[in-house]
Amino acid sequence: MTETTVTDASSLDKTVGPVPELDELNSFFWTSGEDGKLRMQYCDDCQYWQHPPSVCCRKCLGEGIAAKVMSGKGTVAAITVNRMPWMPGLKIPYLLVIIELDEQPGLRLTSAMPSAEPGSVRIGDRVKVSFEQREDVWMPFFELQ
Amino acid sequence: MANIFAEKQCVISGIGQSEIGRRLPRNGLQLTVDAVKQALDDAGLSRSDIDGVSSWPGQMQHAAPGFSPVSITDLREAMDLKLSWYNAGIESTQMSAIINACMAVASGQARHVICFRTMTEASSMAKGTRSSVQGTGSQRISGPFQWQLPFGAFSASSWAALVASRYMHEFGATREQLAQVALNARSNAMLNERAVYRDPLSMDDYLASRMISDPLCLFDCDVPIDGSTVIIISHKDCVPDLKSKAIHIEAIGGPLYGRDSWDQQDDLTRFGAEDAGKMLWSRTDFKPKDVDFAELYDGFSFLTLLWLEGLGFCGRGEAAAFVEGGQRIGRDGELPLASHGGQLSAGRTHGLGYFHEAVKQLRGEAGSHQLSGDRKLAVVSNGGGNLSGAALLRRD
Repeated sequence: MTETTVTDASSLDKTVGPVPELDELNSFFWTSGEDGKLRMQYCDDCQYWQHPPSVCCRKCLGEGIAAKVMSGKGTVAAITVNRMPWMPGLKIPYLLVIIELDEQPGLRLTSAMPSAEPGSVRIGDRVKVSFEQREDVWMPFFELQ
Repeated sequence: MANIFAEKQCVISGIGQSEIGRRLPRNGLQLTVDAVKQALDDAGLSRSDIDGVSSWPGQMQHAAPGFSPVSITDLREAMDLKLSWYNAGIESTQMSAIINACMAVASGQARHVICFRTMTEASSMAKGTRSSVQGTGSQRISGPFQWQLPFGAFSASSWAALVASRYMHEFGATREQLAQVALNARSNAMLNERAVYRDPLSMDDYLASRMISDPLCLFDCDVPIDGSTVIIISHKDCVPDLKSKAIHIEAIGGPLYGRDSWDQQDDLTRFGAEDAGKMLWSRTDFKPKDVDFAELYDGFSFLTLLWLEGLGFCGRGEAAAFVEGGQRIGRDGELPLASHGGQLSAGRTHGLGYFHEAVKQLRGEAGSHQLSGDRKLAVVSNGGGNLSGAALLRRD
């Protein structure tokens, strides 16, 4: 491990963490934030949102499933404060959440709320997506509405 | 119940366990051979009797140092085993080593199968690698972990903590209730000379301990160890030839009916434990009330609550009240849990350790931590989240 000096002020606020490997299934999701919008797969026939993305709708097995823009809004379904320094550069403690998205009951995303102070968020709080670019992906984090 | 199920043809004929500890001087394969020798001696079998080996998750030393350092090939070569059947793989439930062994024995692929689980996580951590935390290197993340690690949810402690927070929110469970799982494990470990943590643990100690991922504190997380556990599965026809008391496998199963995920399941606080309960009780005439004690998975204390509900020992949302005060799950309670100290205090033997302990108790061979009375029926469960398996073990 080498010590690095941060000179770019904007990087001070950035989160650290691994980057997903982009592939033909997940690229739309991880790059969706480029235009500020969250997208997940949606089956028009079943009117069903699904996550993570797959090759077909898990209800009807049809391949007509496609990425669709979402509201980016949801409710905090679960919350934890991680206090362990699992990797260099992690600013602990930080908030991890499971967000239930408005589009469908049970449609959820595990995420984080890097701009919120631990203790300031509760289960049931209303949140909206807030993207942060990390290399070639846009991390869908959340903040209080 | 009709005798059609594979496991009813099978018994646990022998058990063995290496030294269990934090940073042992023996490597994973040495520990495994130690445990195999002990299990053979326990069963009264020789290595030439062994014709099958079964393990989970298979050797994965590169991906997760210390998590599963020994392959079937390593063991077969080390002990010159002649195998008719062998199998290990991670795309299976945590209890699959035992389940598969039962199927192999019942179908005649093998007659005596060594099932092993070896961990050297304590030594790996001492070298700076923690197998339970992935994604902290520079590689990109693919597969299911991509939905957790990039956000900073590196550890299963955070995944379990998220679900625990929801459970507490929905059912009003408290840290003081959850603590009873850890306190009970420790009080049992104090009687078990082989347990890793044997100092007294009070509620005050628990509440004052450092938080790992809220609401889980240090004592809600199990303790990584070096050690190996071996369970030998044999055909029940062999019982007259065995040296030790055979333990019957009354029922076993490792299903997953819901989503293979930590956040997409229909109900966020129901995991595979409920599926395993449904499957287990569909394969036996016994009921939860018949069980004399249980060795429920406690990789995190919270998982034990889900197992109590999933296996039908209490109703949905009632597990925290069930363990409150600790009397029910104590040594003289209606359902003693973690009689050796569980993974929380005796060490993360990662599944097979509960079988080892249940067999000791059922035979009346647990020595200083033997439960009182005549204990003939035990439940063992393995796993958390989408991994779940349960077994019902019986002594005649």
